[in-house]
Amino acid sequence: MSVFHFELRDVPPEAEAFREEVRAFLRRALGDRPSVRRARSWGGFDPEFSRQLGARGWIGLTWPKRYGGQERSFLERYVLLEELLASGAPAGAHWVAERQSGPLLLRFGTEAQRERFLPQIARGELSFAIGMSEPDSGSDLASIRTRAVRRDGGYVVNGTKVWTSNAHRSQYAIALFRTAVVPDKKHEGLSQFLVDLKSPGIAIRPIINLAGSHDFNEVVFQDAFVPEDMRVGGEGDGWKQVTTELAYERSGPERYLSSIALVHELIRAAGASPDPRAAEVIGRLVAQLATLRQMSLSVAGMLQAGQNPNLEAAVVKDVGTTFEQSIPEIVHALLDIEPTIDSGTDLQQTLGYLVQRAPSFSLRGGTREVLRGIIARGLGLR
Amino acid sequence: MTELGTLLGPTVTRLFTDLVTKELIEAAEKGAWPGKLWRALEEGGLTLPLVPEAGGGAGGTWSDAHVVVRAAGKHNAPVPLAETIVGGWLLAQAGLEVPLGPLTLAPVREGERLTLARAGGAWQLSGTVSGVPWGAAAGHVVVVAEGDGAPMVALVRQGAGRVSADRNLALEPRDTLAFEGAAVVAAGPAGAAAADGVLVHGAMVRAAQMAGALESLLEQSVRYATERKQFGRPIGSFQAIQHNLAIVAGHVAAAGIAADNAFRAADRGHPAFEVAVAKVRAGEAAGVSAGLAHQAHGAIGFTYEHSLHFSTRRLWSWRAEFGSESRWAMRLGRHVAARGADRLWMDLTTS
Repeated sequence: MSVFHFELRDVPPEAEAFREEVRAFLRRALGDRPSVRRARSWGGFDPEFSRQLGARGWIGLTWPKRYGGQERSFLERYVLLEELLASGAPAGAHWVAERQSGPLLLRFGTEAQRERFLPQIARGELSFAIGMSEPDSGSDLASIRTRAVRRDGGYVVNGTKVWTSNAHRSQYAIALFRTAVVPDKKHEGLSQFLVDLKSPGIAIRPIINLAGSHDFNEVVFQDAFVPEDMRVGGEGDGWKQVTTELAYERSGPERYLSSIALVHELIRAAGASPDPRAAEVIGRLVAQLATLRQMSLSVAGMLQAGQNPNLEAAVVKDVGTTFEQSIPEIVHALLDIEPTIDSGTDLQQTLGYLVQRAPSFSLRGGTREVLRGIIARGLGLR
Repeated sequence: MTELGTLLGPTVTRLFTDLVTKELIEAAEKGAWPGKLWRALEEGGLTLPLVPEAGGGAGGTWSDAHVVVRAAGKHNAPVPLAETIVGGWLLAQAGLEVPLGPLTLAPVREGERLTLARAGGAWQLSGTVSGVPWGAAAGHVVVVAEGDGAPMVALVRQGAGRVSADRNLALEPRDTLAFEGAAVVAAGPAGAAAADGVLVHGAMVRAAQMAGALESLLEQSVRYATERKQFGRPIGSFQAIQHNLAIVAGHVAAAGIAADNAFRAADRGHPAFEVAVAKVRAGEAAGVSAGLAHQAHGAIGFTYEHSLHFSTRRLWSWRAEFGSESRWAMRLGRHVAARGADRLWMDLTTS
């Protein structure tokens, strides 16, 4: 049994040269913004920042030039992503569109859909949300019930999506609907659609998270009309497409770098000559961090080589989210500080921010339990 | 890895699968020297991968050697193969001839010192070192010692020092050697890389052996979970077992690539950072995975009759040898803190 293949990858020289370019830009763009803001990372929604990246050609870096891309390598894109995340750049306004929606359209969309949407995404002008989960369908995604029924050159949609991040500030969503009910075969009869979130019959209601922020939403469809040419891929192909899409979502460096701002603050707090206890804690953190980077880079290398690293991506996400979730715990264990919201130091505020976000790290994009099920299947246990 | 490393993989796996049987490991635990295994390793050209071909070695890289060391760890080979590989490299670095037969290393514990003194035209070695792997059984000891105020690599024969036998949890010999003006076969300047070469490269090979033992743990656990039935079905069909073994799989993957990275760094010449990372990460993986593997195996895995403990007892000892995780973590943490938070990401992305 040698199921998991993690081979070391080197970042090619052209990508390292690009890294310097990205760093120089980020130093200018982010200035001396505090760690508590950097901790928002791809949760930070800043359309102006996304447009700046788009103007540089840094959204859809690997896409064909005819759709506004640069036809650069997956590893160059990887370098861009890890630099954005490590510096805590507010990449949220284009994150989903670049990571999931665009690649999905490239793979399964029609020519007309690609020509219409991809260049706008690449310019950083278009934000996307993802309509997957429903009130009764979380980890059991295939059980969704939102119906899309054919009528007059399109579909009429009824149902409710939840946990739809950024639906209130995005123009479009790519949503999974049930186009046919196949008894006892819940994975069949699902289809994906491009949904204009400003259409009549769509109500977007905020769901406030435990920290009081409005990031995700409930999206209610009441006789909303979606034209046929907004269906992505074949009718009934939704499940296959969605699992491909989730693989894009699981494989990136965003699955271990969410708490990097707090790691930086912890090292600053420990000072240049830390006591033995702090030194050991920092050493253990760095050992995890350095190893996760090699694992994540290895997955990127497999994508570059055209392989399908679904299993390895699940492993990186499981190990990575466990790591990023552990950082606030470790800070609590090491430092005599209270987490804060408005007062206190940057360290305290960063801790206050991340300790409240950390529970979501092992929920979003597939729960830890779902991932471990995938890994167990890879081991031959199910 | 070069072509050599690619060729080595199947060769070492076949050799260890054929020769490192349960009976052989049990005999070694009672003190028998597995001479046939060692001869097969030497005849296969597996003991000196880093020594130039002109010096009797394979002329390979650390990444090639990694294939051999990880397989030795995976198969619980009860011989000082990793130590011989590091010892051969140290000797070659110092321009010294590499003898045939098993080698060991000293000092392997931080804080222990050996000194060389001139006696006429020759060197004599003094000092006491503990925890020396196969200290009594190895044909020669490769030491790093102070001589004329600079670190030197020196070679002494078996029997040059007084031996007090000891062993680790896996019943591998870990002996104390006391040298009092012992005759030195050859000595040469250690050079910058070799000054802490025993500790750094020793920790590196232990990380690789742990990565190998962890692979074995996972394989044994998955096999057991698919074969063992309770409540009318294989225990591996229970989610609790599945998730525990998924956790082990993550640790196995992490330890494996961390070790890979350390050996690659050694080929590039400055492995201290990557070795610290690998030793710490593999050690953490060892602790968690050994616990979960035993949990999956139930009571049978806690018996001497079952072979799971050949891997777990090694992991429990190896994680603390050539510097414990906490020691390596402190070293890493001090290094990172001295560089400062703003350098961390830059350093991690520079290979």
